[in-house]
Amino acid sequence: MDIQNVHPFVIFFAAITTNNILLTNFLGMCSFLAVSKDLKSSLGLGAAVIFVSTFTAPINWLVYHKLLVPYELEYLQYIAFIIVIAAFVQIIEMVIERVSTLLYLTLGIFLPLITVNCAILGCALFLVIRQYTFMQSIAYGLGAGTGWALAIAALAGIRSRMEKKSKVIPELDGAGIALVITGIIAMAFIGFSGIVRIN
Amino acid sequence: MSNGPVKGLDALKRMLWEENPVIGQILGICSALAVTNLVKNTMVMCLGLIFTLIMSCLTVSLMRNVIPRRVRMIIQVLIIAAYVIFIKIVLDAFLPEISNELGPYVGLIITNCIVMGRTEGYAMANKPFDAVLDGLGAGIGYSLVLLPIAMIREPLGLGTFFGVQVIPSDWTKWNMMVIAPSGFFALATYIWIVRALKSGGEKR
Repeated sequence: MDIQNVHPFVIFFAAITTNNILLTNFLGMCSFLAVSKDLKSSLGLGAAVIFVSTFTAPINWLVYHKLLVPYELEYLQYIAFIIVIAAFVQIIEMVIERVSTLLYLTLGIFLPLITVNCAILGCALFLVIRQYTFMQSIAYGLGAGTGWALAIAALAGIRSRMEKKSKVIPELDGAGIALVITGIIAMAFIGFSGIVRIN
Repeated sequence: MSNGPVKGLDALKRMLWEENPVIGQILGICSALAVTNLVKNTMVMCLGLIFTLIMSCLTVSLMRNVIPRRVRMIIQVLIIAAYVIFIKIVLDAFLPEISNELGPYVGLIITNCIVMGRTEGYAMANKPFDAVLDGLGAGIGYSLVLLPIAMIREPLGLGTFFGVQVIPSDWTKWNMMVIAPSGFFALATYIWIVRALKSGGEKR
């Protein structure tokens, strides 16, 4: 199947389930492991990731296809993408600070983390490699962010439960057990494969 | 992260074991999981990371007195990105197949937290010579985690090692080992073993 003909909704769905950016591509692991200790802050970070990835994916698409390709500057894509992401995050941070203090307090502290979150940059790189169209890249950005948020919410829920109820081997406590849980979640997500397949 | 007066070879050595970036600080996990299903790809990735670390630590350290503090993060990212582009071009020219397989993960060295962690945490405050050793140590420490994991995952999952068949073909391949979940389990086990060894050493 030609990728250009795939409906954006299918891309969105695939990005959440079968091609989950965290569970199959391992992107955004650092903040995933660091922040997933409690549900509230992981939901905040998840929301911030959805927001940033949804907007930076189409912006990066425009930068790549309308700016870099016409001038044959494709090799500059890494620098271009990272500047777009950093600038976007910076601007959004300022806007949120002005508009709503409440939103700034819940979302704002996570925004600087996102500049170096590889899920966002990975999103931009994947949409170039997979040759998505503009609409597809919006759907992909939204789906990838949602999938990431879903995974971190699931892990945070399980971890906060485990803290109260179970005893973990001391050597495996913290990052180790978080990785094991993530592995099990990833196995569960393999159950989705076969529904949609986008490569 | 302590920024004590760690200099010279000690800066290199502590990265290998005590403060290993992957095991001790849980940084750079993304690529540690993604590329370790083939030994060859892992090797290229490790060399790429070591190169990026050394060069960006050196550059940041040389420029540490002229970088304004407010914009230091973005400048560090741009320096790192420049070296990663260099790696990507070299890979495309000499090893196009591997470059294809690694796909976005080469570019993702930019957001590999190990590199940012070392430039921000060490190179910004230390002399170029120490910064290079520190970067080299972090890179080798990273490779010390990735290579063993890849050496277990590839033979069990595909029956090959470095692309060469090592296990007889009637061996039932553990497909599980080359797909995503086993990456998580392999790294968790590795962390478990290393931490057990460490705490065992402390008790003695």
